[in-house]
Amino acid sequence: MCGRFSFARHVLAMAGAVMLCVSTNARAQSQELKWAGDPEGGAPFVEADPADPNRVTGFDVEIAELIAKGIQRTPRFLFVPYGSIDQAIERGTADIGLSGMEDTPARRAAMATTIPYYAFREVLAVRDADAGALRRLADLKGRRVGTLGGTIAYEILLQGERRFGLEAVSYDDDVHPYSDLLLGRVDAVLLDNVLAERRRKSMTGITVQPDAVAISHYVGVLAARNASLRDAANEVLRRAMRDGTLERIFRKWGVWNDDQPALYASLVAREAVAAVTLSGMDEPIGVGTLGRWQATLRYLPSLIKAAGVTLVLSCLSMAVAVMLGVLIASGRVYGSALVRLALTGYVELMRGTPVLLQLFVIYYGLASFVKLPAFVAALAGLALNYAAYESEIYRGALEAVPSGQLEAARTLGFTETQVLRLVRGPQAFRIALAPMTNDFVALLKDSSLVSVLTVVELTKQTQIFATNLGSWVIPGSLCAAIYLLMSLPLGALARRLERRWKAPTE
Amino acid sequence: MESAHRMNTILEVRDLRLRRGDRTILSGTTFSVARGGVAALMGPSGSGKTTILRAIAGLERFEAGSITLDDITLRGGESHPAAILKKVRRRVGLVFQFHHLFDHLSALRNVTLAPTHVLGTPAAAAEQRARELFDALGIAHRASALPRELSGGEAQRVAIARVLAVDPPLLMMDEPTASLDPSRRHELGELLSRLAGQNRTILLTTHDEEFARRWASAILRVHDGAIT
Repeated sequence: MCGRFSFARHVLAMAGAVMLCVSTNARAQSQELKWAGDPEGGAPFVEADPADPNRVTGFDVEIAELIAKGIQRTPRFLFVPYGSIDQAIERGTADIGLSGMEDTPARRAAMATTIPYYAFREVLAVRDADAGALRRLADLKGRRVGTLGGTIAYEILLQGERRFGLEAVSYDDDVHPYSDLLLGRVDAVLLDNVLAERRRKSMTGITVQPDAVAISHYVGVLAARNASLRDAANEVLRRAMRDGTLERIFRKWGVWNDDQPALYASLVAREAVAAVTLSGMDEPIGVGTLGRWQATLRYLPSLIKAAGVTLVLSCLSMAVAVMLGVLIASGRVYGSALVRLALTGYVELMRGTPVLLQLFVIYYGLASFVKLPAFVAALAGLALNYAAYESEIYRGALEAVPSGQLEAARTLGFTETQVLRLVRGPQAFRIALAPMTNDFVALLKDSSLVSVLTVVELTKQTQIFATNLGSWVIPGSLCAAIYLLMSLPLGALARRLERRWKAPTE
Repeated sequence: MESAHRMNTILEVRDLRLRRGDRTILSGTTFSVARGGVAALMGPSGSGKTTILRAIAGLERFEAGSITLDDITLRGGESHPAAILKKVRRRVGLVFQFHHLFDHLSALRNVTLAPTHVLGTPAAAAEQRARELFDALGIAHRASALPRELSGGEAQRVAIARVLAVDPPLLMMDEPTASLDPSRRHELGELLSRLAGQNRTILLTTHDEEFARRWASAILRVHDGAIT
C-alpha cells in the first residue's frame, strides 16, 4: 500500500518536473536564435575555437551574434554538416543557417534567404608550374578540376564539362581538393576566393588566378515560412552595412576587400542583386530556375550514369571481397596457428574500424607512397572491408558442414583439397548464399561512402541534384527507386539459386 | 607357419593404446581378422569398438601399438604419413553408423564421386558400376534421391554402395544393425554373407548377440578397450 502510494507520488513529481521543463524550454526557445553551421568548414567561417573547442569562432559566428542581438535573442550554435543545413532549416532544427551559405537561384526560390552579407569570387587555383598555362576554364580541356560538390563552383564545372571538355571532380570537403592539386590528382581547383586564399597561405606551390570565373555571395538561410524573421535579419544586416559593423567583422578576419562596399551600396539602396554573375558563360547556372520536372529530366541521365558507377563498383568490390574472403576463411580453418592469428587480426581490424576511415587512409593516407586513382581506391577499400565480413560467413559455413561427411570423404581416399573442393566447399557455399546476398545489398548501399574519395555515385549525384533543386523529394524518390531496381533482382536471383540447389546435383 | 598365418590374416591389431585427455579408450587391444568371412566386434557401449574401427581407417592417432593391413602398418606415437594413409584407404572402407552421406549430392553421385575423383574411373563406367551396386542392394529406384529423402535402411545401403564402389578388400561397418528392424537385419545378414563370399572381409561392430551368432564367422569381445 505504502509502496503504491509512494509510486503514485513519484509519478506525479515526475510529471510536474517534465511540465516545468517543457514550459522553461518553451520560454528559452522563444528567446534563442538557433543557428546552424559546420565547423569543419573552419576559419574564417566557423571553426572550433583552438583555445576552447566547445566554443566556435569565425565571421559567421559574429554575424549570428549580430543578428541575434539586433532582434533581442540569444544566439545558440547547432552543428549541422554543411550539405544538410538547408534540410535542417526546412525541418525547423535551427532558425537560420550561416556557414558560407551560397546565394544560389535554387536557394532563393526554395528558402527565405537574407540579403547577401559578403561578395566572393569563384577563382581557379593551379600548381605554380601551371600558373602561366592554366588561367581560365577554357585552358582546362581534358583536365580534372576539383571543387566542393553541390556548390555553385560545381555547377560551373559541370557547364565547363559541356563547354570546355574539362572533367569536374566533386569533393566532400574543401581541404582535399587542394592537397590533391599538389599531388597531381587534379590540375586545378575552382572555389571561393576566401577558401582559395586560405589554402594558398597554408600550402606552398599553389597559385590563385586573379580573374574571377563568377561572383556570388554568402547569405543567411531561413525556412520559407520564416519570411518575417528573415526581414528582421535583413534590417539588422543593412544597419551593420551602414554603420561599418560588417566591415569591422570582415577586416578582423582578414577578408575585407573592394567588392564589399559596392555590394553594400546596392543593398542599402535596396537595389536587386543577381544571385550569381558568371563571366564568359551565357547559360544561367543551376537548375533552380527550371520547373521540377524539367530539372528532373535534365538530371536523369547523370543519375543513371551514377547508378552505373554504383553497380559496377559494387559488383567488382563484391567479386574481389568474395575471392579474398574465401582465402581468408580457408586460412582460418586450415592454416597454421600463425596464419590463423594474422588473419584473425586482419578480420578484427577491418570489422572494428569504420569503412569511411579505411577509405580515407587508402586514398589520402597512402597518397605519399602510392597514388591510387579514386575508383581503384574506392574498389580496394570496399573490397578489403567486405572481405573481412565475407570471410566470417564462409568460415562459419565451412564449419557448419558436418565433420562426419569430411571423415567419410577421407576414408574414401579423397585428398584434403578434394574434400574442400567436392564436399565441404559446395555445401558451405549453399549455406553462405543467403548472408552473401544480404551483404551484397548492403555493399550496394555502402558504396555511397566512396563519394568522400571524389567518386560520384548514385547517392552523391542525388545530393548534388537535391542541392541544386532545393528539394529532396524528387531526387530522393528517384534515388530510392534506382537502388531498389538494383537490389530487388539480386534477391530474386539468390532465391532462384537456392531453389535450384535444393534439387540433387546429378 | 608365420607366413601362412600372414597370408590368411587381412588385419592384425597389436597392443593398441589410445587416450583422450586423461581417459583411456583403448588399453592394449590386440586381435587379428582372417581373410574372408564376417568378423563381429562385440561389447557394451563405450567399450571402444567404434574407436577401433576409426583407428583402422586412419581417422585416429594412437599412442602405442600397430595396425597392419596386409603389407601396410600404421604405428602409434606418430601422425600417419599421407602416403601410408592413401594406401590404407585403398585396402579398407568404413560404413559409419550414421552413414554420413554427402547431403548436397544424389544417392547416385554419392557413389560415383570417389571412383571418378580418387580412382580416375571414367564417369560413364563409374555410373554403370554404381547402378549395378544399386540393383544388387535393391535401391535402384532411389538413385536420384537426395540423402534427406532416404529412409534409414536405404541410406545405409547407399553408404555400403559408396564404399563398395572403391572396392576395398576389408569392409568395416559400425553398428549396422542399430537402426534396423528384425526383417531388415535378416536382409543385411544375407547381404553381408554374399559380400563375404566375393573375396571380401567384413569387420563389424554390434550389440546384437543374436545377429552376431547367426551371421559372423568370428566374434571378438571388447571390454574396456581390450579384447577378452
